[in-house]
Amino acid sequence: MSKPRMIWRKSLNFVMLSLTGIAALGVVSILFLILGYLIWNGGKSLSLNFFTQLPKPVGETGGGMANAIVGSLKLLMLAAVMGLPVGLLTGVYLAEFGGKTFSFVIRYTTDLLNGVPSIVIGIFAYSLVVLPVKHFSALAGGVALGMMVIPITVRSTEEFLRAVPGSLREGAMALGASKWKTIVTVVLPAASGGILTGMLLALARVAGETAPLLFTAFGNRFWSPGFQQPTASLPVMIYTYAIAPYDDWHRQAWAAGLVLLGLVLVANLGARLLLNRGSAVRST
Amino acid sequence: MSAAATTIAHEVPPQAGPRAFLRRLRSGDEIAHLITLTFSALILLITSMLVYELWVNSHLSRVKFGWMFFWTRVWDPNFDNFGAAPFIYGTLVTSAVALCLAVPLGLASAIFLSELAPRKVSDVISFLIDLLAAVPSVIYGLLGIFIVVPLMRTTIGPALIHTLGNVPYIGALFHGPNYGVGFLTAGIVLAIMVVPFIISVSREVLLTVPREQREAALAMGATRWESTWKVVVPWARTGIMGSVFLALARALGETMAVTMVIGNAPSIVASLLSPGDTIASTIASQFTEASGELYLSSLIELGLVLFLITFILNGMARILIVATGRGGGRPA
Amino acid sequence: MRKSLLVVSLVLGLVVAAAAQNGTILLNAAGATFPYPIYSKWFDVYHNAHPNVQINYQSIGSGGGIRQLQAGTVDFGASDGPMSDEQLSQSKFKILHFPTVLGAVVPTYNIAGVSGELNFTQKALAGIYLGTITKWDDAEIAKANPGVKLPNADIVVVHRSDGSGTTYIWTDFLAKVSDDWKNKVGKAAASVNWPVGLGGKGNEGVTGLVKQTPNAIGYIELIYAVQNNIPYGKVQNAAGNFVKADLPGVTAAAAADAKNIPEDFRVSITNAAGPKVYPIASFTWLLIPAQIQDAAKREAIKDFLKWMLTEGQKYNEGLTYAQLPKDVIARETKAISLIQ
Repeated sequence: MSKPRMIWRKSLNFVMLSLTGIAALGVVSILFLILGYLIWNGGKSLSLNFFTQLPKPVGETGGGMANAIVGSLKLLMLAAVMGLPVGLLTGVYLAEFGGKTFSFVIRYTTDLLNGVPSIVIGIFAYSLVVLPVKHFSALAGGVALGMMVIPITVRSTEEFLRAVPGSLREGAMALGASKWKTIVTVVLPAASGGILTGMLLALARVAGETAPLLFTAFGNRFWSPGFQQPTASLPVMIYTYAIAPYDDWHRQAWAAGLVLLGLVLVANLGARLLLNRGSAVRST
Repeated sequence: MSAAATTIAHEVPPQAGPRAFLRRLRSGDEIAHLITLTFSALILLITSMLVYELWVNSHLSRVKFGWMFFWTRVWDPNFDNFGAAPFIYGTLVTSAVALCLAVPLGLASAIFLSELAPRKVSDVISFLIDLLAAVPSVIYGLLGIFIVVPLMRTTIGPALIHTLGNVPYIGALFHGPNYGVGFLTAGIVLAIMVVPFIISVSREVLLTVPREQREAALAMGATRWESTWKVVVPWARTGIMGSVFLALARALGETMAVTMVIGNAPSIVASLLSPGDTIASTIASQFTEASGELYLSSLIELGLVLFLITFILNGMARILIVATGRGGGRPA
Repeated sequence: MRKSLLVVSLVLGLVVAAAAQNGTILLNAAGATFPYPIYSKWFDVYHNAHPNVQINYQSIGSGGGIRQLQAGTVDFGASDGPMSDEQLSQSKFKILHFPTVLGAVVPTYNIAGVSGELNFTQKALAGIYLGTITKWDDAEIAKANPGVKLPNADIVVVHRSDGSGTTYIWTDFLAKVSDDWKNKVGKAAASVNWPVGLGGKGNEGVTGLVKQTPNAIGYIELIYAVQNNIPYGKVQNAAGNFVKADLPGVTAAAAADAKNIPEDFRVSITNAAGPKVYPIASFTWLLIPAQIQDAAKREAIKDFLKWMLTEGQKYNEGLTYAQLPKDVIARETKAISLIQ
């Protein structure tokens, strides 16, 4: 190999790899900027009251967002219960069973669903769940969020199931396992790391959505027991408070943003610990 | 892959007929097939119902404006004259800017995190980046207003006008009054919002590429970069493209953050520094206050138009994937 | 461990669901964003006085409030603009309007070198927002501000991007004072086809844009300006005087025409006659169905309205809303009996 060519390749190597490092650095800096801003602005207004008190009208100190925190948890739980299984099983179908055309249609449709603005999903859930019974409910909010959870889950499930090497599958089959048993006992666990990431990403995304909740879960200044009543949620509170004229409410909005992030963090950590994330497929 | 597996495990006679079907049904495989099929069909059902609702509720405006809805540049709630053209333009431009910024940045970061960074560091950073996906768009909007907009108005905008603004052809993208809000600002904010999806999914997919692939390339004398770019990345092509789809979809449908930084002046101009408007942000801004059947119907029709745009863009992207060849990919 | 967690959370959910409330009257309401702070105050104070009544108000927008009221998903609504004749005729049931507070919209600006208060004639505001007056040193603006050095700079107009009651009041005023505006842009509305300008989301958005953009002008709610110490200008009223918006000026606007306020309280008080009147002011209304089936809810709503007209008004000024004039209060109190 000629010397100049080697030098070119070596320099290109250095330059490109450095660029990736710079890119990663750039993203991480933006990340820390956003987190820092949130922590700075939100941390100032956090107190025990925030977690235990109901919202108080402006001008009165000591108000909190206890009901919004519980509401967001409820909504996330509903979204997970309704959306994750659909996403998971569809991913399994696409990776393991699917025929060519039908799979293509499903994938295409999933991408379409992903691109629908969240407010349109909210309006859809409104006409589906709220109008027939004439009242808002946490359930309606859960339905809207559940629909938004599906596309990301489908994509990551399919992707990581496909990544499982054929050798693992064939090994199981050779031992006499049926197809579905192979999937459940060998393939899914092998892909679990990636699938879990996808699910948590999907839930993280819907945790911060406001627009779909405005016409479904509505909002509530009080406690809302059960799932049939309108419920407060952190994103809607942030939205309402952020555009209000009062400084105190602005500070609470930042605090709520911080708490929302904290919630997602805890859910993320918790889920990974519970399912003991470890992927047999990782190579490096 | 599937055909070979079933013949090894189960000697099921392949004839058709109800008894054979029932026999197959008793095997776990068919049930699994049916169950997963049903759930997949559920997505079709949901999406069809969604489109149906959009279609039905936009009846008034579809009848009144017909195809002109796509070309009319006017959006006048008072005189009941509605057109989608500026919003279509704004949606396409902001999403294009967002992807142009987010894909290189995201892919490069994902490569760094999966190939070069020590595993523990990579895990922690990736975990934190996942959190970014959870930040409510309202907060992105506020950050856009407090940080990006002033920066654009005082620093980035003028810099772009002075440098690229003088280059022929490209210069048209960077000229005119610079308020800080506009297509470019919205594109930047969108890019920050979608980059976590690209990084998260791409990183995971890159990590699944078998070690043998990298080692084979290196053994043949490739540099680290060459091995990554020419072997590892192509192997993970579908996953990475998938993440770009996710990012694109999010960019097209984003409402709150965009509406806070785009300037909300529906217009079709070349300059990226001028204010504009997008479909999603218009629907979100005006839906809650709208009263009047034609007004509401037009807003819903905008939603339908966005659906159509997503449909077309997805189609084009898929054709692009097929056209850029199957070389170097993981066997299907 | 996974399974037990699932079981525990299911049980928790069921327990929580079963904890129904007995004897509590739950009312849901939706609508205008402008009065949200005072409404949240009122409903909270009322709840403390009557612990068995929970009124849950969400500010999803006036249009949203009207729609949800029609759909039957809320018990009553709220709107910054009165329902039009067309809307009322399309409504499946009769709806009563009850004004609650008064508010005002003020012009705010950011001009290099100008720190004092500017006077805006009616023509000036209309011209600026129509795009016919493009520079700050235009004669129309200059003549009302002798002695102020206005720069020869382009005016950057800022308006609301989202539909809002604030826009409704602003455009109502402009339509009254300028025929050009009325012909070109139309009557008062929550969203219009703005001839010029940038849009900001909410008062926050408009203020933010104005603050950051040199030579900008925008319109925001009085409350917002006061609570955030934002300087705003004076507006010329129908009598020709330049008035700076404040609570007495706003109440005067309502009182000025009190006798002419129609039975159903649907009235516009912008550009009202009177020397001390602030011309860009408006009521905001609660929309109550004339017939409420549920007796408990009906009594709760009627009782709340009575409270609002007496006790409730005392909280207005603290939050920078103007009180209702006495005549209007008296007439509303009588109108409560119309709710059956």
